[in-house]
Amino acid sequence: MANALAAALTDGCHFAPPGCAFPAPNADIFEFDTYLKFHLLGIDWSITKPVVLAVIGTAFIVGFFLTAFARPRLVPGRLQSLGEVGYLFIRDQIARDVIGKEGDSFVPFLASLFFFVWVMNLFGVFALAQFPVMARFAFPVTLALMVWLTYMYLGMRHQGPIGYFKNMMFPPGLPTWLYFILAPIELISNVIVRPFTLAVRAFANMFAGHLLLTTFTVATWYLLSPSIIGIIGSTASAAVTVTLTGFELLIQALQAFIFTLLTAVYISSSLHADH
Amino acid sequence: MMNLIAAASGVTGSIGSIGYGLAAIGPGIGIGIIFGQGVQAIARQPEAYPVIRQNMLLGFALAEALALIGFVVPFVYGK
Repeated sequence: MANALAAALTDGCHFAPPGCAFPAPNADIFEFDTYLKFHLLGIDWSITKPVVLAVIGTAFIVGFFLTAFARPRLVPGRLQSLGEVGYLFIRDQIARDVIGKEGDSFVPFLASLFFFVWVMNLFGVFALAQFPVMARFAFPVTLALMVWLTYMYLGMRHQGPIGYFKNMMFPPGLPTWLYFILAPIELISNVIVRPFTLAVRAFANMFAGHLLLTTFTVATWYLLSPSIIGIIGSTASAAVTVTLTGFELLIQALQAFIFTLLTAVYISSSLHADH
Repeated sequence: MMNLIAAASGVTGSIGSIGYGLAAIGPGIGIGIIFGQGVQAIARQPEAYPVIRQNMLLGFALAEALALIGFVVPFVYGK
């Protein structure tokens, strides 16, 4: 429980008394109390903090783009320009660059992915939220599953169900013996490793970042004591926390970008066999 | 060899951190090469910057995934 850490800090571990070890945060800080529990449609629902944050974030994204493009004008207003900058960034930097001229029809999907992942990550440094939703494995797994279904379906539709796997496993122009090694590797890497690494990358980055931020925040409080060493250590930890927060902002945007970029790469490899 | 196995089974403590250290070596070298060569490529051909940057980030993401798996596995399987 996240509360165990807070209890350890407030009960006696503040001011670093002798015999009180540093309460290093572990994976328990990613577990949350259930706000609400109910039974609906045959599923047991427990509403926890990440769920609430996800709903708020989604509502924010939907609300933002609805208001930005509610009455589109030729000369855009302030909000519309902001929305256009975001949307055009995905179109020009990712869709058209990676997929090519067919990429325009995937921009809505890619833009939704990018902004969802980004806002979910941003909650990691957002005051009062302070938890990156992507640090719960279920969220990136669901997104990766969506991406997996999309590129598998597109591949089978554009290259044929057999042609897709044939192009994937047997690219032409190689010596025969090589196919015995290449075919299983290509199959595993395309069907299993791709979605797995896509999910793990988004998850682990946010997990590690949150753990790092928590460690130094806890250290700031733990080391704070009326002594020279305590003040120096505490101030240094606080400075590191602030620096890491800035670093996290960069990582969050980069991870959202990479998630979208890899999705575009996978879609593009499904549209035309690359050899 | 048997002595080595016997000695290894006696190791206790946070082995996960050692595992992460080992797992970070390969991706560390890989990411170094990717960005080193990327910067070199940009220096040689600055007008190709957008393409180089994108491929650099792509390679970085693929190499980094390995290090991150190494980071997460001790939390999942470790005690």
